[in-house]
Amino acid sequence: MEEFIQMMSYPFIVRAFIVGILVSLCAALLGVSLVLKQYSMIGDGLSHVSYGALSIAAACGIAPLKLSIPVVIAAAFILLRMNENGVIKSDAAIAAMSASALAIGVTVTSFTTGMTTDVCSYMFGSILAMSQDDVVLSVVLSVVVLALFIFCYHSIFAVTFDESFARATGVKVPFYNTMISVLTAVTIVLGMQMMGAMLISSLVIFPALSSMRIFKSFKGVMISSGVLAVVCFCAGMIVSYNYSTPAGASVVLANLCVFIVFLGLQKLKTIIKVA
Amino acid sequence: MDNSKCLVSCVKAGLGYDNRAIIEDFDFDVYEGDYICVVGENGSGKSTLIKTILGLIKPVSGHVELHDTLKSGAIGYLPQQTQVQKHFPASVMEVVISGCLNSMKWRPLFGISEKKRALKNLDRMEILDLRNKCYGELSGGQQQRVLLARALCAAEKILVLDEPVTGLDPAAAAALYNILQRLNNEGMAIVMVTHDLKNIVNRAGKILHINEGGYFYGTVNGYMDSDYSKIFV
Repeated sequence: MEEFIQMMSYPFIVRAFIVGILVSLCAALLGVSLVLKQYSMIGDGLSHVSYGALSIAAACGIAPLKLSIPVVIAAAFILLRMNENGVIKSDAAIAAMSASALAIGVTVTSFTTGMTTDVCSYMFGSILAMSQDDVVLSVVLSVVVLALFIFCYHSIFAVTFDESFARATGVKVPFYNTMISVLTAVTIVLGMQMMGAMLISSLVIFPALSSMRIFKSFKGVMISSGVLAVVCFCAGMIVSYNYSTPAGASVVLANLCVFIVFLGLQKLKTIIKVA
Repeated sequence: MDNSKCLVSCVKAGLGYDNRAIIEDFDFDVYEGDYICVVGENGSGKSTLIKTILGLIKPVSGHVELHDTLKSGAIGYLPQQTQVQKHFPASVMEVVISGCLNSMKWRPLFGISEKKRALKNLDRMEILDLRNKCYGELSGGQQQRVLLARALCAAEKILVLDEPVTGLDPAAAAALYNILQRLNNEGMAIVMVTHDLKNIVNRAGKILHINEGGYFYGTVNGYMDSDYSKIFV
């Protein structure tokens, strides 16, 4: 407990905790819908796009979020629409887009500053990166995400479970798809500064994946994902502080541990059922 | 027939996308209590017809009129199952009650009347005991009944089904046909796209056969005498 109080005496850690908890929560809630719609890779793709945008912003001296948020929202829009048009398969589109964005980012960086710590921290994240603006933005983001999931819960379920039926019963499917893409994009941009471009997608995927091992109702999966995301983030941060491990990686490993435990529980449940 | 019993009426309609009609000069009516099978090759416009009836796309020419009671999305629709749904973590109750969404307007939570409606339709499909089970763990036939119960929550008068027996074993398919027969006897109009014409032709009242460049719409007997029937039966 004393250590925890000591930890919280650093303002940058407090900021990292606030942003991290809120972003993990948002990523987990959005993640349930994305994973079920088989868009698991979207977090990965968008974070690479965000990396490319951040490198360009750094090279041109623009405030990083001002450039990367619109660029990533545009990318999310394109990727989530891919399925409807069906010109390129969405998994191929995500792979192509993320590699291209990464290449653009690396090239731009090599022309200007070279691999500075700034750019490197985009790759693997840094808890020092959180500014006051990030805190404000993450509070706004989480309020919007929570409002959407509380007030439009049943519509989100309908859109995730069966888009055709939802359309036929008069649910505004394009509105929800747009909301989910925009919010995912903002979540990714905010989260990747701390978690890193390579690791942020785990915040989207792991909570939903773990919850789906045990819970068999949509509501159960949603609530469990939110709780797991927050618990894993805090656990990862505390481990990171005490053992000086990288913050982003520690959070991912905490998520992995939970996933393995839940997988074990699921196996145990089927064994008991059979016996 | 009495016009007030006409649920869907297409008059000289051109159905298609982006101003390109796939079916032209299309006259088609669905009355209360009809049992209509829609057949035709892939790409002939069956899905376009369904989307038009559901109000998802507008006709490119002519008129398509829906009965006043159907206008707020109150058509029961049973879409083709997607791969995503097969292992979806949702309880049967959650799936069925999502059929009540069109009566919600801006209320965020389902009320008692929606819950009653969901339970009544679960009972009608004889799957009341499955209501707390996980949808993803049911058999294909049971999943189809759940989706049918959901469709019934949305509509009282007309059901539109898109290849409902695809992937079902013959016993499950026969059971589904029996359920549809019962619903039809209760007065529900049924419009069903199917490739399984052989097993359904005795039950259906009317057949709509869409072909490239033309269509047949009439009674089963009329259909059997026409050239169209030679392709499928």
